[in-house]
Amino acid sequence: MIATGAEPHQAQPISVAPVIEAFGLRKVYGDRVAVEDLSLEVYEGEVFGFLGPNGAGKTTSVKMLVGLIQPTAGTARILGRPLGDLEARRQIGFLPELFRFHDWLRGQELLDLHGKLYGMSRQERRRRIPEVLALVGLAGVGHLRVRAYSKGMQQRIGIAQALLNNPRVVFLDEPTSALDPLGRRDVRELILRLKSEGVTVFLNSHLLSEVESVCDRVAIVNHGRVVATGPMSELLSRELTVEFRLGALPDGVVGGLATYVQVEAVTDGPRPVVVARASDEAAIARAVDYLVRSGAPVYGVVPERRTLEEVFVDIVSREGAEPR
Amino acid sequence: MKVLVIAQLTFREGLRKKLVWGVLLLSLLFVVLYVWGFHLFVQDWREMEARRAARGVPAGTYEIFASAMVLLGLWTVNFLSGVMTIFASVGTIASEIDAGTLQAIVPKPIRRWEIVLGKYLGFAGMLALYIAAMVASVILTARIVGDYTPPNVVEGTLLIVLVMLILLSLTVFGSTFLSTVTNGVVVFMLYGLAITGGLVEQIGTALDNDVLIRIGVISSIVVPSDSMWRLASYLFQPRLAVNFLGPNPFGTTTPPSAFAVQYAVAYALVLLLAAMLVFRKRDL
Repeated sequence: MIATGAEPHQAQPISVAPVIEAFGLRKVYGDRVAVEDLSLEVYEGEVFGFLGPNGAGKTTSVKMLVGLIQPTAGTARILGRPLGDLEARRQIGFLPELFRFHDWLRGQELLDLHGKLYGMSRQERRRRIPEVLALVGLAGVGHLRVRAYSKGMQQRIGIAQALLNNPRVVFLDEPTSALDPLGRRDVRELILRLKSEGVTVFLNSHLLSEVESVCDRVAIVNHGRVVATGPMSELLSRELTVEFRLGALPDGVVGGLATYVQVEAVTDGPRPVVVARASDEAAIARAVDYLVRSGAPVYGVVPERRTLEEVFVDIVSREGAEPR
Repeated sequence: MKVLVIAQLTFREGLRKKLVWGVLLLSLLFVVLYVWGFHLFVQDWREMEARRAARGVPAGTYEIFASAMVLLGLWTVNFLSGVMTIFASVGTIASEIDAGTLQAIVPKPIRRWEIVLGKYLGFAGMLALYIAAMVASVILTARIVGDYTPPNVVEGTLLIVLVMLILLSLTVFGSTFLSTVTNGVVVFMLYGLAITGGLVEQIGTALDNDVLIRIGVISSIVVPSDSMWRLASYLFQPRLAVNFLGPNPFGTTTPPSAFAVQYAVAYALVLLLAAMLVFRKRDL
């Protein structure tokens, strides 16, 4: 349990505003724009998914937020404090994408080092280290050198390191890249557990199913800017595909229907089916209303729920996936 | 506080380096040979004195030759410590940026300059211990085997430590913006330049050639490590020995001034500060 021994964060009242705010963050390397213009807000207790194709600037964005990279322009606040603020950093956990540690240290020595860097007392570290080791499934191997760990175990100890200080905000950059399906499930459960404890999680991932199953809100980045953002449910239902199963197809109905929804396919026959795209649910209601008025018996309206992957592919391909 | 965490980590990490153990092994070998050599020197000296006495020739000045032996020993210590300084710390920041180990460290509640300072202190501590042990070996050998104690041991040792700090500042500074290999090449060339410049200055002094002396002075402005060693060597010898030896590859008859020492200290400090500043802005 993460909560065991976790002292409630009674640190200085930091803020009730968004936990992470970015205002026009920009990073340029020479003439290559890594991050064009990143603005986003993440609220307390949210699991926030940060998605994008390779080269979209995800890692650069996270690195700016945790203070590894200096933004070329723009600002950001974490826990209401400016980037690099030590008090904010005390309450942040970060798992880098390239989780490389001083691998000549033993697992628990590594955590002890990071605990010291967090400014944790000896007693705190002694209590907390076995806890996080157990939390990430490394109980019993803390005495081994990190070098002897498998890649998956190294990623786990990286996660342990990020949770050591009972952070209020955790940045996880591709936390499951080295994990097998079981390990991925563990991490998913871990994230949900963090969420249940009110921890804000900023999840940088390209595993869409993973994001879909844990995130409350997502932002999709492409070419270094946020191209779509919103609650997961809203994003998934942003453009609905709907199937109208009809008893008949009176003349001109398809044309009339097009004023309400975008007709994509029509299958004629004794039971015609019209597949259409609707901008929102209200449009579907109006379309059904129209169909009934036009004398087409409506046997069924089947909304086709889109997966995050479909939404993602749709948005990104519309933008063009190749980095400029 | 956080500085000490990094210093401790660096110290431990330094001791894990094969190079450090290589130099330590070499140093041990050197100490054994040095004790043996000093012993042979003392034996020969006694035989020679006995022969002289038999022929009625006045006794030579033991102090001069014992001092030369000590000087050779300390010169080796200074050289080994210089090599160890450069190669132990050459990749301290650069290689950690490449490996990515800093990515989990830097976002912690620690300031970037604390990381640089911690690393500096970790290496400085390790190397200062090495210097102290090596100087002690040389001095104790002279004392026990040769019954000779050089003057100004503490001041001289501090100057060897200063040489180490100069080289360490230079290496750590380079490591904040150069790759490990480039930094190694550049710093070692500068170290070589300082040593050669020192030699040129000695030759210039012997030949009374102003241009050669000026080259030496310029080199000791670029890297003041060798001039600080020459001051140390001057202090480690009795005046008698300094005058007897004259300008030579290991010492000098014209010691650098107090201003030169201030310059060297400022040099080390400024480079350390520069390293902190560069690292503060560095993208990781």
